[in-house]
Amino acid sequence: MVRISDIITINHLSHTFGDKTVLQDINLSIGKGEFVTILGPSGCGKTTLMRLIAGFLKASEGKISIAGQDMTTTPPHLRPVNTVFQKYALFPHLNVFQNIAFGLNLKKLPKEEIQKKVKQVLKIVIMTDYEERDVDSLSGGQQQRVAIARAIINEPEVLLLDEPLAALDHKMRKDMQMEIKAMHKKLNITFVYITHDQEEALTLSDRIVVMSQGVIQQIGTPTEIYNEPKNSFVADFIGESNILNGVMIHDELVEFAGHRFDCVDKGFALNEPVEVVIRPEDIYIFEMSDAAHFSGQVTSSIFKGVHYEMMVTTPEGFEFMIQDYRSFEPGHTVGLRVKPFDIQVMKKERHCNTFKGTIIDKTHVRFLGTNFECSDTKNLANGTTVNVKVEFRNVNLQDNQEDGMLSGVVSFILYKGNHYHLTILTENNEHVFVDSNDVWDDADCVGISISPKNIQIEIL
Amino acid sequence: MIKRILSTSYLGILLIMLYAPILIIIIFSFTEAKVLGNWTGFSLKLYSSIFQGGIHHSLTSALWNTLIIGLIAAAASTVLGTMAAIGIYNLTPKSQKAIQMVNTIPILNPDIITAISLFLLFVSLGISQGYTTVILAHITFCTPYVVLSVLPRLRRMNPNLYEAALDLGATPFLAVRRILLPELKPGMISGFILAFTLSIDDFVVTLFTIGNEGLETLSTYIYADARRGGLTPELRPLSAIIFISVLVLLLVINQRAAKKKL
Repeated sequence: MVRISDIITINHLSHTFGDKTVLQDINLSIGKGEFVTILGPSGCGKTTLMRLIAGFLKASEGKISIAGQDMTTTPPHLRPVNTVFQKYALFPHLNVFQNIAFGLNLKKLPKEEIQKKVKQVLKIVIMTDYEERDVDSLSGGQQQRVAIARAIINEPEVLLLDEPLAALDHKMRKDMQMEIKAMHKKLNITFVYITHDQEEALTLSDRIVVMSQGVIQQIGTPTEIYNEPKNSFVADFIGESNILNGVMIHDELVEFAGHRFDCVDKGFALNEPVEVVIRPEDIYIFEMSDAAHFSGQVTSSIFKGVHYEMMVTTPEGFEFMIQDYRSFEPGHTVGLRVKPFDIQVMKKERHCNTFKGTIIDKTHVRFLGTNFECSDTKNLANGTTVNVKVEFRNVNLQDNQEDGMLSGVVSFILYKGNHYHLTILTENNEHVFVDSNDVWDDADCVGISISPKNIQIEIL
Repeated sequence: MIKRILSTSYLGILLIMLYAPILIIIIFSFTEAKVLGNWTGFSLKLYSSIFQGGIHHSLTSALWNTLIIGLIAAAASTVLGTMAAIGIYNLTPKSQKAIQMVNTIPILNPDIITAISLFLLFVSLGISQGYTTVILAHITFCTPYVVLSVLPRLRRMNPNLYEAALDLGATPFLAVRRILLPELKPGMISGFILAFTLSIDDFVVTLFTIGNEGLETLSTYIYADARRGGLTPELRPLSAIIFISVLVLLLVINQRAAKKKL
């Protein structure tokens, strides 16, 4: 989709550092005057994407156009883009005025004009009369304002902001968020805002780009992202959520946690396995009565200021997080109800681990860079390439890396009400997905093993 | 109480041992006696005779040679060393380590080895020994020190500064000149001073690369003079002048550093 008013268009952009892919096939267009936030956990590739837009990095593959011109290989000083860096990056040997005037001085503007413009931007960032101050003598928030002033004085087409508020304290951050939003309205410049803070993203943006592991997971308005997350990563990353495995019985009827619920989603196959997201504030909790869809027992209740956060376990063994302004004591049996509209059904991204493998001999198959014993190799000739399937449940994890057939690191954990769905990054950079009842921590080193009877060979 | 007396007297003895030789030379620079240790009354004659030509002409020319060689070598190694430091800083951590080790080898290498290898290099290349070879040799052993004094400055710098300058429209050349160099200036200045003093101080490398065309620096002049029997009395005021200049230089640098911190 190419709109006339697009200021940035990114096509099939990929980037690798050595043999590590940090961005994979990014496609994104940003409209003129839009406030777009690129949101993701650290290491998701958002900073690399920013550096590619600014021109500090040369893309391995793909195209970046800015203001209608192909700028994939244009050096940073020729791009109509200015950046506000995370650690401000003010020039320490220059004072506030000289810092802000740096860009205009390079353009050789007349002195009076520079003076006038610096005064104007200082007014915009509410730093009037600070011209002569040393930048080191300013507080973090003031330095950030100078950094913003230094960028916007050049009247760029696009302003990149790389986690500009990360170093500020909570209260200051809230104030600056409002100011940045106000500035965006006033200046009519496109803002591209990089952050890992989902709340900041929801507050500020016209549109949010959610990234994880170098891939765009979802692009949408804050309400779209929050109410209709496309996959379990987005649902888990943005706000709190209950994510469960379910089965779509037919249109507008979904089964999960041992019950059937009316919902508003359509277009799935009959009995298709799906994932279901329910926000904790969308579950109604009350004294057990006929109005309840299902029941549960409160296991904990914590006061969070605006609401209580309660954990409720159902007789079927599923755990739900519920937020309500009323509190129910732990041990209390409560009735629960969910409105059809509040059930968000997502396509399942995967049903089973699938690897490319090679038959080694009658009893062994090689995949994930390791030889595995396999009970049924279907009498295939040695060296045959096959698909290897392993159910999530059938991957065993060991505390000791040495006990496994290969080792890996827990890179993502998703709680699904009655079990954890783990993403393990193996030593040779492949993903293995595991369903487990045990509690693992992020970045735990684990051993991975699979029993011979659970390795299924599929002929290509 | 006794502990305090002991510790102050220990410090006193230490300071006297350190500075007595210099003090003696300074005191005896104000008398005319040919032999050090004889006090024949206060006189400034030795001071005035350094600056007169004639018999002591070779001493003053050795002094000039030393200063000129020192300045050229310090300037050249500051430029080379700064460029090298910026290059090293932008390498991957692995190659940074390797290059830094290569950089430390000349520092740890005994002077005499550096001197002999440079001597052999110049002979095999057929470069006639003299001013050029001394300066080249001094640049060689000074540059690693400049690298060592500029690198920490780069490491402490905000890594985005250079990019921020590019981002605001500066060409890479302008970003280096307007942002990077001013940031590195303190490191470059201390590197320059270090290189300058190393160059003035050097004897071994100079002796091996100076050739026999009659070129003398202060250190080789004093060495030859001492071997001829006895030191020229004019060395006393000269030493005093050099010591005082270095002291003033040091005070100025410390003052600057203190002001920066405020």
